[in-house]
Amino acid sequence: MRPPPDGAAEDALIPLSALQHYLFCPRQCALIHVERIWAEDGATAEGRILHERVDDGRPDRRRDVRTVRSLVIRSLALGVFGKADAVEFHGKGTDAIPYPVEYKRGRPKTHRADEVQLCAQALCLEDMFGRPVPEGALFYGQPRRRTIVVFDDALRRLTACVARDVRAMIAGQETPRPEYRPACKKCSLVHACQPRRLERPPAIARWLASRLDEEG
Amino acid sequence: MRRHLNTIYVTTENAWLRKDGANVVVEVEGRERGRAPLHLLDGIICFGHAGASPALMGACAEANITLSWLSPQGRFLARAEGARSGNVLLRRTQYRAADDSARALAIVRNIIAAKAANQRTVLRRALRDHGAALAPDAQAQLQDAEQRLTNVVRRVAQAPDIDTARGIEGEAAQVYFGAFNQLIRVEDSAFVFAGRTRRPPLDRVNALLSFLYAVLGHDCRSALESVGLDPQVGFLHADRPGRSSLALDLMEELRPVLADRLALSLINRRQVAADDFTVSDGGAVLMTEDARKAVLVAWQDRKKDEIRHPFLEESVTFGLVAHLQSLLLARHLRGELDGYPAFIWK
Repeated sequence: MRPPPDGAAEDALIPLSALQHYLFCPRQCALIHVERIWAEDGATAEGRILHERVDDGRPDRRRDVRTVRSLVIRSLALGVFGKADAVEFHGKGTDAIPYPVEYKRGRPKTHRADEVQLCAQALCLEDMFGRPVPEGALFYGQPRRRTIVVFDDALRRLTACVARDVRAMIAGQETPRPEYRPACKKCSLVHACQPRRLERPPAIARWLASRLDEEG
Repeated sequence: MRRHLNTIYVTTENAWLRKDGANVVVEVEGRERGRAPLHLLDGIICFGHAGASPALMGACAEANITLSWLSPQGRFLARAEGARSGNVLLRRTQYRAADDSARALAIVRNIIAAKAANQRTVLRRALRDHGAALAPDAQAQLQDAEQRLTNVVRRVAQAPDIDTARGIEGEAAQVYFGAFNQLIRVEDSAFVFAGRTRRPPLDRVNALLSFLYAVLGHDCRSALESVGLDPQVGFLHADRPGRSSLALDLMEELRPVLADRLALSLINRRQVAADDFTVSDGGAVLMTEDARKAVLVAWQDRKKDEIRHPFLEESVTFGLVAHLQSLLLARHLRGELDGYPAFIWK
């Protein structure tokens, strides 16, 4: 890896996971990455345990494929850093092509958060190894199978765009207002977020006055 | 919804706490006396000088479990603190609001109005449930106090500055504690309340109230820390080194509902008796160790009771109220609410 041009650029890197959080919900992303609130629930615990298992997984024995687990990666161009669950190197020696594989609990999702996260990993790997990374895979727990992701121009543009928006939001230190959606029920931060009550909160002076005036 | 988690209270002086896998183990003289999984806890409170292993302290800091030591009477001694998680931006906002008299005044008014309203609720409930059995003069005193607290609630909204608001709060406390003895229904000279004394408590009722306030104060402090607020910088209570001013602020609105009502029910249901207290030279009244244990059990039970949160309009346990109010204060400071919705209980 080349040395970074300056410390400030390193300081400005945002975690890879923030891209995914942002695509799920910008407010969730701000609660985690601006306000540093984190609540573990069943789902996040399950995800963590899955990743722990990936971390000490058996080495892949396929021919001409070397697998590196929990690889630390970053891209100064994209402004992100993080860890890849697994990167396979297809081919021999210095010609080997990096191939990121990300493990996800649950099913493939309708939104593109997982693909963007994987594409960001590919852009990091391209930065670090100076080789094109055309393809990667998402491995979902249900069903237990690989989904191939091709890093085409559209996905690369979307990833760069999301990375830019997330960096701007984190730098601005603002938390967007909540918007209550069905997905909120599945969010581990719903308690800290209180989307239903804070989406359109009442004027507190009026609320308090009405509470105080009610006859006991 | 955040789960209601438990607090372990260690009341044995020479206990040793250690981590065993994902559990905390309490040992006394080398024998295991208790064990609990850490993920079900939000606090461990040692009354007295129990020891704890560094491994346990580290695990508690990581899992957001408040591990603290209080004196047998509940005075704060020490606490194990990890790398401060929290949020420096929120703390800065809190400090700016505390320095801005207009913003601070708005928060203080709401806290005091809610406290007086909750004190009024305690009196109203007594009038409703037992009013008929009271002597006419006792009934009249409670009705008069109820009226005067209603008056306080109206006036505090107009308080032009924090000092005036503090003065109105002091007046409410006098009215409320002046009538408090009428809420004690046991015919026992041991439980006559003649006014609030704190340093030290000079009668049994005051000893019980002080102990419950200490335990509530601990919960408020943990709740504020868990949402990233600094418990030492308050609005109603001015900064004083070593004092958890914001925890004291948050306690104000919760005292009548969480502590006073529990103290009254413990006395009126005869769950505490005269010989659960000792009087030291100089008149300070202390609770016995067995009585403290019984009160802590009752406190834990009360925290499991479900209520409807007045602002969030959802069902929560009493034990979560301090946490939710901390959260709402933080959301106000960050600008999502145009005021602090203090806890008003009916």
